[in-house]
Amino acid sequence: MDKLNLTKHISSQFNDEIEQVRNHVMAMGGLIEQQLSDALTAIANSDAELAQRVIANDLLVNDWEIKIDAECTRIIAKRQPAASDLRLIMAIIKAISDLERIGDEAERIAKVALESFSSAQQDLLINLENMGRHVAQMLHEVLDAFARMDVESALAVYKEDKKVDREYEAITRQLMTYMMEDPRSIPKIMNVLWSARSLERIGDRCKNVSEYVISFVKGRDVRHSDEDSLEQKARS
Amino acid sequence: MTQQQLPNAYTELDLANEKTKLQVNDLRLYYGDSLALKNINLTIPEKRVTAFIGPSGCGKSTLLRCFNRMNDLVDICRIEGEIMMDGQNIYDKSVDVSELRRSVGMVFQKPNPFPKTIYENVAYGLRLQGVKDRRILDEVVETSLKGAALWNEVKDRLHDNAFGLSGGQQQRLVIARAIAIEPEVLLLDEPASALDPISTLKIEELICELKSRYTIVIVTHNMQQAARVSDYTAFMYMGDLIEFDTTNKMFTTPSQQQTEDYITGRFG
Repeated sequence: MDKLNLTKHISSQFNDEIEQVRNHVMAMGGLIEQQLSDALTAIANSDAELAQRVIANDLLVNDWEIKIDAECTRIIAKRQPAASDLRLIMAIIKAISDLERIGDEAERIAKVALESFSSAQQDLLINLENMGRHVAQMLHEVLDAFARMDVESALAVYKEDKKVDREYEAITRQLMTYMMEDPRSIPKIMNVLWSARSLERIGDRCKNVSEYVISFVKGRDVRHSDEDSLEQKARS
Repeated sequence: MTQQQLPNAYTELDLANEKTKLQVNDLRLYYGDSLALKNINLTIPEKRVTAFIGPSGCGKSTLLRCFNRMNDLVDICRIEGEIMMDGQNIYDKSVDVSELRRSVGMVFQKPNPFPKTIYENVAYGLRLQGVKDRRILDEVVETSLKGAALWNEVKDRLHDNAFGLSGGQQQRLVIARAIAIEPEVLLLDEPASALDPISTLKIEELICELKSRYTIVIVTHNMQQAARVSDYTAFMYMGDLIEFDTTNKMFTTPSQQQTEDYITGRFG
């Protein structure tokens, strides 16, 4: 079923080009999901090898961004997309820049995994992993919403970000307590805190992508709205 | 404290703020028994460019020709409803059709200069009106050719035959001829479809310059052209006016599915 009518152009070449750029976005999204998941596993298992792989693979993420950007530029130059086609291309251009930054955050988390933590500090990482799985789920869902251009699931992701923010606050408080108890642990704990911060930023970026989905479907910019008015715009 | 605001890059147009030049009310047009325009209601704002788009045979040229009663020349054509120009129904019996066509000029797809000199082509309308004063004629020819962005290219050969000009120059000459008699409305029926891209851009540039003085209505098959030159766009399909809105809205977020399908190339 092609609810989006994306492949209903008279020009089959244009259909192919749009189909291809969407597939590439999904491939890029898949890679980033994997990157985030690997980074979290690397932290949980202190797996330096896996962490190194995440760091190396970030170059692939960067390549995807450049490639998809070029494809979109080409479509604009050659097809002069209008209306929903134009909104789709704009949504893709914006989304891949957020996705690329999510990739950067995953890399940052992987770098923390290269550090060695004492067994007492390992406990800190458990909370981080919980928050990480939550954010990874959010990323998965927003990519799914983007693939289907589904407003309702985009809204769900948008709302989920608040929970991530609260988890981040909780972790921050907890880490501060540890730091006060044992100042020598501060450098290590700071690294854990940075990772939590990275996860929180990923949540924000997922929220951005969910806004692009709503903007594409509804044809109106919903950025910088508060939650109530955004919901209203998305459902009107 | 008042919130600081960004400067407006350009003012958003709104039909509610426009002065109406032409108002089409319940217009129905028949060719014999077949209904070619089905109850059209439309407002053409003054000193703006309004584009009609739609597939072949949708009635856009027919509607355009209603504005200077060119359809009167078609025997089997019958019209119901009214078109108000500045509050006066142009289909009223008291209206002098040649006077109407003087104030509503028209340019066609194929450049149609007269087999005369460049100068005489532009001066033609004035001569018809009985203007003989050479000084006035010279002046009008110059300002019209300048207005049509052709002066610099032809000023040294005003008395050459107009057929010696390129297609793009001929089309601009025809526009100069149309504006020489200072119409209020300019109807352009695919004015650039027979021209090369550079000449097309010159015509488009010209349209943008002319709109400060004239109300312009343009029929075009080239949607990007409509997007580039027009302030308002009307999409027609099978004799119906499907959607009419600002060009910005029509090409980014049209409200009708048919419009969306047409401008994104998904039609049929």
